[in-house]
Amino acid sequence: MKLDAKIPGGALETKWQSYKSGIKLVNPSNKRKYNLLIVGTGLAGASAAASLGELGYNIKIFCIQDTPRRAHSIAAQGGINAAKNYMNDGDSIWRLYHDTIKGGDFRAREANTYRLAELSTNIIDQCVAQGVPFARDYGGLLANRSFGGAQVSRTFYARGQTGQQLLLGAYGSMMRQVNAGTVQSFPRREMLDLVVIDGRARGIICRNLISGEIESYSGDAVLLCTGGYAPVYYLSTNAVNCNAGAIWRCYKRGALFANPCFTQIHPTCIPQEGEHQSKLTLMSESLRNDGRVWVPKKAGDTRRADQIPEDERDYFLERKYPSFGNLVPRDIASRNAKEVCDEGRGVGSTKKAVYLDFRDSIKRLGKQVIADRYGNLFDMYQNLTGENPYEVPMRIYPAPHYTMGGLWVDYNLMSTIPGLHVLGEANFSDHGANRLGASALMQGLADGYFIIPYTIGAYLVGSPLPKVNTDHAAFKEARDGVQKQIDRLLSIKGSKTVRELHMQLGEIMIEKVGMSRSAAGLKETLQEIPKLREEFWRNANVPGSGSDLNKNLEMAARLADFLELGELIARDALQREESCGGHFREEHQTEEGEALRDDEKFTFVAAWEYQVPDKPPVMHKEELVFDRVKPSQRSYK
Amino acid sequence: MTEKKKITVNLRIWRQGQKEKSGQFVNYSIGNISPDSSFLEMLDLLNEDLIKKGELPIEFDSDCREGICGTCGLVIDGVAHSKQKAIATCQLHMRRYKDGDTITVEPFRARAFPLVKDLVADKSRLDKIIAKGGYVSANVGSAVDANALPIPKEKADLSMDAAACIGCGACVAACPNASASLFVSAKVSQYALLPQGKPEAFRRALDMVAQMDSEGFGNCSNHGECEAVCPKEISISNIARMRREFIKAVLHGQPKVAAAGAG
Repeated sequence: MKLDAKIPGGALETKWQSYKSGIKLVNPSNKRKYNLLIVGTGLAGASAAASLGELGYNIKIFCIQDTPRRAHSIAAQGGINAAKNYMNDGDSIWRLYHDTIKGGDFRAREANTYRLAELSTNIIDQCVAQGVPFARDYGGLLANRSFGGAQVSRTFYARGQTGQQLLLGAYGSMMRQVNAGTVQSFPRREMLDLVVIDGRARGIICRNLISGEIESYSGDAVLLCTGGYAPVYYLSTNAVNCNAGAIWRCYKRGALFANPCFTQIHPTCIPQEGEHQSKLTLMSESLRNDGRVWVPKKAGDTRRADQIPEDERDYFLERKYPSFGNLVPRDIASRNAKEVCDEGRGVGSTKKAVYLDFRDSIKRLGKQVIADRYGNLFDMYQNLTGENPYEVPMRIYPAPHYTMGGLWVDYNLMSTIPGLHVLGEANFSDHGANRLGASALMQGLADGYFIIPYTIGAYLVGSPLPKVNTDHAAFKEARDGVQKQIDRLLSIKGSKTVRELHMQLGEIMIEKVGMSRSAAGLKETLQEIPKLREEFWRNANVPGSGSDLNKNLEMAARLADFLELGELIARDALQREESCGGHFREEHQTEEGEALRDDEKFTFVAAWEYQVPDKPPVMHKEELVFDRVKPSQRSYK
Repeated sequence: MTEKKKITVNLRIWRQGQKEKSGQFVNYSIGNISPDSSFLEMLDLLNEDLIKKGELPIEFDSDCREGICGTCGLVIDGVAHSKQKAIATCQLHMRRYKDGDTITVEPFRARAFPLVKDLVADKSRLDKIIAKGGYVSANVGSAVDANALPIPKEKADLSMDAAACIGCGACVAACPNASASLFVSAKVSQYALLPQGKPEAFRRALDMVAQMDSEGFGNCSNHGECEAVCPKEISISNIARMRREFIKAVLHGQPKVAAAGAG
């Protein structure tokens, strides 16, 4: 298979503008004749539904939640980047593009990243017009802050609830279209298969999560906006219902899966307290501006933090990275925390945590200043842990929270299955091997508001799309497959719960395919996951029936997918014999422990093609070409 | 660090099959609960026990488990989201309970929130109210520069206070009239306070209130229970603002023709 990213010609700065001007249009009176199915209603899905509905297309939206407003985009805290240069600090589209491509460790597609930076300014305009209450200064203009180590202040925010406000803005616009009749909403539906007819995506199969009915929907194109796959690690900062089902089942229908091993593990999360834990909570990484990270020098030290004298503490980030100290990038901070815990120097009851200590900052600045800066985060921490971070150091540990990999898409956001478009975190293209802070919201909205409305039109007018309905044999085949899997899950009646098996998968994944990966560990994983998968299908206990609300059944089907996806992640991590961004191979590091890329061999996107069960997938390469930047080594010493 | 003492709690939980017209409380007891676990994690563990015993697990809704998505919602010992102030159910922790406590757990109950199963209520009618005006009708591509229109910080902050609503429905569950006034007023206020929301302000107030009525939510009679249980501490003063908007709209007369592009 030859992967054609369909990147338009011309200079990087003018590609999108000139491409857009030449793109084929759909006659306004014909738009309502096209039926589009949008799966997932986070930032990408809701913004796509709103903008396509406004254009007059006939849209159906599907989400697993009870209302589309609850998609996990809502939990994003920090902010959204835009190259507005309102602060006059030298920001520009070029600079945002450059930061993004460098932050992604030169493994993103240049043209997509540039377009993202270019569209960032339109997003802020659109959101303000929608009445999103961004933070403002006393002059009434929009406030900006610096985020994630950027050298300019380009992050717009709405308190600590930026994702919520952006999503509710998009959701509102979408509900306006529901009222106008262009969008029909189907909540509590889980997409369980894609229907491909004559090589094109023409429909989806869903389970109605309330009635259990298997439903079929046909359309002229399918837009997947279903987010990432971090819960493959079991514990992550994602919502408990986030899953990879839709993208995985499209992969099994022929859509290529790109760079699955590019996963991001965020350094500042509240650590796991015990086996009861169902998810992890992110604490803004801004805390590292004033907190000092440390562990005891001695392994197995069980003294309370305040009883450990200064000279018996190891401020390991300050020691190893004197110039960046506690502010090293996410991947470095995460790996080092794991390393000291592996040495037996972790703290807390589980020994899988490091201290983030504000004692010295409180001494230097006073408690009030720290409270002004981080009060809400301290409260959140105290509510969760029962400890007062003004008095005892916080405990933090890294946790999975975003996945840069996803279904492969071309410049038009179309996958390798014609008609199947993939938006937001579900696709792979813009963030390379590491996503910068405040970029995820930007990408979801760029895809939905400003890219897909143009590119979908070109697909629709340029493709033969004979009318199909859900009586077609392909729908029946897909429905039967879905029903068969549900029946099979319910018939196992083994002795392990779905949760127990998911925890087992999570342990393997975080240990061997998490922050640090080795060939030996990855090879073990490729043995262990198939065994666990076999155990799942032999010994899982899925209670209840398929004919009503049954969350354990939903979780079981999602775990079945994760048990396959986990293996693909390990396979991809094994082939990528280099370290880049969030993908750290122990064999490939500089003397200082930095990620060591191999640009000569690995400047490509690894796109995996599914084969029949039990046959290994085939890897295809999209070579990455950088016209305007020269890949360089990152250093934080 | 010393191991924290595990506790045992007794639970009275509402069970109701999906096809049953009514349900009943069923008593459970669960031990070995870490005070660090959340209330919903305690229910997860109870479900694990039930599955192992061959019983049906208790269905309840939750998603983000950090108090922002609004999916979860239980009435715990008679109070929506529990007696702890300013939290959603998922933010409640077991360290609030003592060994041997008995806790009563029910779904959100309201005429407009039909029960689905066990502790799951259908809150989707809130969407229907939003569809009638919970937005600014600004088509994509039509926006002017974001800084073209300065907004006083105080107004923007007040608007954000209202916009913080997570749509969990606790206000409805707590209200003796099962009114959605706090929910509706939060949205009406967010836009009434911003210049972007002004052009549609009258229509928004009239249409959203009318829809609330037709979905079977009750009227507000100033009990204030809504504000008391709101996880985001949305102020009841928003309801006063909604009423002012509503009265202004009535006095100005309902617009006969919808603005272009709006439904």
